[in-house]
Amino acid sequence: MSLEWIVKIISENWPMFLRGAGMTLYIALIGTVLGAVIGLMAGVIRTIPMPERGLKKAILKVTNVILSIYIEFFRGTPMIVQAMVIYYGSALAFNIDMNVLLAAVIVVSINTGAYMAEIVRGGIVSIDKGQFEAAQAIGMNHFQTMVNVVLPQVIRNILPATGNQFVINIKDTSVLNVISVSELYFLTKSVAGNNFRYFESFFVACMLYFVMTFIVTRILLYFERRLEGPDNYTMLSDVKQADVPAK
Amino acid sequence: MEQVIDIQHLNKSFGTHEVLKDINFSVNKGEVVSIIGSSGSGKSTLLRCINLLEKPSGGQIIYNGENILDDLHDIPAYRRKLGMVFQQFNLFNNHNVLNNCVVGQIKVLNRSKDEAEKIAMKYLKIVGMDKYINAKPKQLSGGQKQRVAIARALSMEPDVMLFDEPTSALDPEMVGEVLKVMKELAESGLTMLIVTHEMEFAKEVSDRVVFMDKGVIAEEGSPEQIFNNPKQDRTREFLKRTLKQS
Ligand SMILES: Nc1ncnc2c1ncn2[C@@H]1O[C@H](COP(=O)(O)OP(=O)(O)OP(=O)(O)O)[C@@H](O)[C@H]1O
Ligand SMILES: [Mg+2]
Repeated sequence: MSLEWIVKIISENWPMFLRGAGMTLYIALIGTVLGAVIGLMAGVIRTIPMPERGLKKAILKVTNVILSIYIEFFRGTPMIVQAMVIYYGSALAFNIDMNVLLAAVIVVSINTGAYMAEIVRGGIVSIDKGQFEAAQAIGMNHFQTMVNVVLPQVIRNILPATGNQFVINIKDTSVLNVISVSELYFLTKSVAGNNFRYFESFFVACMLYFVMTFIVTRILLYFERRLEGPDNYTMLSDVKQADVPAK
Repeated sequence: MEQVIDIQHLNKSFGTHEVLKDINFSVNKGEVVSIIGSSGSGKSTLLRCINLLEKPSGGQIIYNGENILDDLHDIPAYRRKLGMVFQQFNLFNNHNVLNNCVVGQIKVLNRSKDEAEKIAMKYLKIVGMDKYINAKPKQLSGGQKQRVAIARALSMEPDVMLFDEPTSALDPEMVGEVLKVMKELAESGLTMLIVTHEMEFAKEVSDRVVFMDKGVIAEEGSPEQIFNNPKQDRTREFLKRTLKQS
């Protein structure tokens, strides 16, 4: 009977499942955060206004081409293949045996970065032109404008897309089993390999994936709502007004 | 009198569309100059060329004796000396009222937070928005937003204030509160360059009025001369048209 097997598998292997789930969350989280940082940097660079001539223009052009190739390439190839190429490629190219966990984090980060770069650029472009102009008009350069005015608004706008990317990464890290990272899918495979109960073992894994994505989705929704901020402001009374501004 | 901005042979084209043609004019220290003219005559473009939000196609902009269009000029440093007030306010949506007036001072002028807040409060008080320092831009009315935008520009303590139709996006009942603030600034001796459709206001506060038509300065003179005895036919026609509307 399946149900009995499921109970038995859980009771015998729960540390293994938990370890796998933990590893999956860990890779997905680090990968998403680093990917978002890569995406933000790529987005900022790709929106620098093109200088009219000179060395700066040449450098910016070359950088933009490299970024475009990176984005197209990693969006246009499967992560499972990227994992193999990066893991075995680094061994071949630099003669190093890369730590599989490091390889996994790198693959997920640069893969996520490629998607986030486009999301961030869309976010920057959608900010009202007046915000850029007002920042420039008080003397901010491109970088100051981005950090102090544009990116805080972009980050708020792309938070749902970033959360979505995190959820996708929780699921897609399962392909990393091809480089033997001990994430949930990989460990489930070894559990099933021992008891030959493939359906029951993977059913447990399936539930764990769902619980993780479900909880993460709820948490993200909660933060999105909180970021909206309060609808009201407190008006300073005439008494307080003389003091140093309250925060 | 001491010239702050001197514009010589300024041209601006968008593609083949010539929007400004050989503009020559200057603004003296402490002077209030209004620019009037029909829609599409190039008033905003002129103002935006002055603080380089648009790059002029030709000519010179001399600021305190330096040509700021030469290649080596530090554009952000130049822009710090000019305050700009936009028709659409353009307050920073991610900052509250106080921080709108503080962020530029800290990041661009390297002022300390305390000093920046003190200066911001001084100007927010002048525009009557010091009680709203915790409000976000989306919580304010148009008139309130524009007064904060003026305080933001003033907090940078610029040499010249540029206003591009500061009341055109406002509901009629809010126009007065913004014009009142601007009038006080004009009387305080601030150098101001104002693009406006408010003829009564221009007449009242300006030291000089510039009338633009189809990308050229058609006429300039004292408010009395421009409004009471315009020399050019097109000035007369423009004034007749706008005064009839209001
Ligand atoms: N970015 C742009 N690209 C192309 N054409 C432009 C651009 N900005 C302005 N123009 C054109 O330049 C001309 C002058 O525009 P400008 O905004 O300076 O007029 P204005 O005098 O400020 O008018 P209004 O009173 O309606 O604000 C118009 O014909 C306009 O279509
Ligand atoms: Mg205009």
